[in-house]
Amino acid sequence: MTTLTLAKALNEGLRRSMEADSKVLVMGEDVGKLGGVFRVTDGLQKDFGEDRVIDTPLAESGIIGTAIGLALRGYRPVCEIQFDGFVFPAADQIITQLAKMPLRSLGHVKLPVVIRIPCGGGIGAVEHHSESPEAYFTHTAGLRVVACSNPADAYSMIQDAVRIDDPIIFFEPKRRYWDKAEVDLSAPGLPLDRARVVRQGDDVTLLAYGPMVKTCLEAAAAEEGRSIEVIDVRSLNPLDSGVLAESVRRTGRCVVVHEAPVFNGYGAELAARLTEMCFYHLEAPILRVGGFSTPYPPSRLEDHYLPDLDRVLDAVDRVFAY
Amino acid sequence: MTASPELVQLLTPEGERVEHPDYDIELTAEEVRSLYRDLVLVRRVDLEAVSLQRQGELGIWASLLGQEAAQIGSGRAMAETDMAFPTYREHGVAWCRGVDPLYLLGLFRGVHNGGWDPYEHNFGLYTIVIGAQTLHAVGYAMGVQRDGAETATIVYFGDGATSQGDVNESFIWASVTNAPVVFFCQNNQWAISEPLEKQTRIPLYKRASGFGFPGVRVDGNDVFACLAVTRKALADARAGQGPTLVEAFTYRMGAHTTSDDPTRYRMAAELEAWKLKDPIERVKAYLFKNQLADQAFFDKVDEEADQLGRDTRRRCLELPDPEPVAIFENVYSGPHATLEEERDQYASYLAGFAE
Ligand SMILES: Cc1ncc(C[n+]2csc(CCOP(=O)(O)OP(=O)(O)O)c2C)c(N)n1
Ligand SMILES: [Mg+2]
Repeated sequence: MTTLTLAKALNEGLRRSMEADSKVLVMGEDVGKLGGVFRVTDGLQKDFGEDRVIDTPLAESGIIGTAIGLALRGYRPVCEIQFDGFVFPAADQIITQLAKMPLRSLGHVKLPVVIRIPCGGGIGAVEHHSESPEAYFTHTAGLRVVACSNPADAYSMIQDAVRIDDPIIFFEPKRRYWDKAEVDLSAPGLPLDRARVVRQGDDVTLLAYGPMVKTCLEAAAAEEGRSIEVIDVRSLNPLDSGVLAESVRRTGRCVVVHEAPVFNGYGAELAARLTEMCFYHLEAPILRVGGFSTPYPPSRLEDHYLPDLDRVLDAVDRVFAY
Repeated sequence: MTASPELVQLLTPEGERVEHPDYDIELTAEEVRSLYRDLVLVRRVDLEAVSLQRQGELGIWASLLGQEAAQIGSGRAMAETDMAFPTYREHGVAWCRGVDPLYLLGLFRGVHNGGWDPYEHNFGLYTIVIGAQTLHAVGYAMGVQRDGAETATIVYFGDGATSQGDVNESFIWASVTNAPVVFFCQNNQWAISEPLEKQTRIPLYKRASGFGFPGVRVDGNDVFACLAVTRKALADARAGQGPTLVEAFTYRMGAHTTSDDPTRYRMAAELEAWKLKDPIERVKAYLFKNQLADQAFFDKVDEEADQLGRDTRRRCLELPDPEPVAIFENVYSGPHATLEEERDQYASYLAGFAE
């Protein structure tokens, strides 16, 4: 076991991936010499060279577009988008090309491109540095979408993501980059497309991913009286709905928590799907806690926008009030 | 960096006036003193902001240190009705447009996202997404054309930004529409940790010719040259002669932002070399040598700068945090049922804590 921050765990995972397969490339703005603004790629250029760790021109559409070309030529690019709010210049390449080219080829083409995106708020940043754009990507067929929440998962999930032949949007909870935990560098992790019960409970199921897993665990620990189960969804697409439904049928109550706006957010999909799967077991409607239907606010207000322990427990109270 | 046909310079780092075949400028002593004053004042506000950030009063700050001449020179070249579109580092231009520095501090403190009235100052909102504003500037200039107005538009962006699709598209749009726009690129040699070579193999001003309009490189640390070159480009735009690309050759003396540590990726020697080209020192030397200002003047400007620094700090600390309901305001032009529902729910949730 080794104690690693989430950022360092990703770094170790990327290093393993690059050692295992010489076709793996890392590319993005400031990922080389600087090691990324969050240091996730720290030292990789020094050890693997400028051919494999590329400081790209400042052009996100170019990063993803050329990654597609590199993948067509047999490479496995891991692209970094510096912050969530800067993925949009690449939206066309991701949505109309990356996600659809394999289908267009009737399976002849595989595009093993990983797009790493630091996501979410809570770091006191200026505009465009705190967003949670997952729903845009879960709404795009052809992309896998995953989110890690802790160092051990970060380490194994990034390696799985690099090995898988589909394009993957890989969300990293930026405010958790400095969280430390024990990581077993030799143990195989839970497969990428599986959800994990991170805390067992009997009375209500909390569903979360990325930065909100920790918040939900804290809420569960603070709650007196009720026994709260917390599930880390991990893979948003595909969705491990069996694990989720089993829990919700058992507890009969469910609250979904994410930072992104509730309106048309990923939680809407979870709530609708689990309602269909668990209807006769539900004691109350599935509730959602998340951001407001507004742009992410200036940082002095972000504590109001971001779900915290109180807002999660308030929803737990409400789900028992039915 | 010395004057050459490739680089417009009118004032050397030592404070000597030099001639350039295509550009000249006549400035009264009063005008030079006033340029000097602006340079000193914006540097002082910038230093104060960096220190406020260090003390936890701002979330982050993007310093303009080293780029004062590029910003004051170009900013002062504008006519009142000309329109400017900035990035996030144009504090000197904001100053020239009469935008209270408190707005800039409020943005970086996380109180709002800017909030000044672009129409009042003819100064657009800060744009953090690299390059996006270049297209806005061209569109604005296309509107000016349709209005038959004698107004120029100027848009600021960095060396890194020149790689963005939006910026290249804006060159094309400006070119084919002959839009009255000046592209003002502050080439400060770095895009965070990436040196210029990661973005280009030719000098940036030369890109313009491929798009079909003139490009010129100016000493970005020479406020006279920046003023002269920008004046000419803006005048050309107003006269219907279309776009110009101005590359202001300068240097980012500080970190990219207060979150950045440049010692990880660049040499101290480079910084030392650029210190000798300081944009303020050369104007001071010029004023001294030509006896256009005495020590009392410099002392007075310093005093004024200190006062401005103190005021800026005090007013920054006095900035109230916005009320939570501000989150729901100004998202739409009028009432919005969903937002009102959410706002009311959140207000009653908060009221629950008071009980
Ligand atoms: C679309 C987009 N991608 C990435 C970023 C992150 N970022 C902020 S500033 C910067 C470098 C900009 O360099 P340059 O254009 O030279 O301007 P400078 O900061 O040097 O003034 C980057 C990559 C961003 N703001 N927007
Ligand atoms: Mg730059």
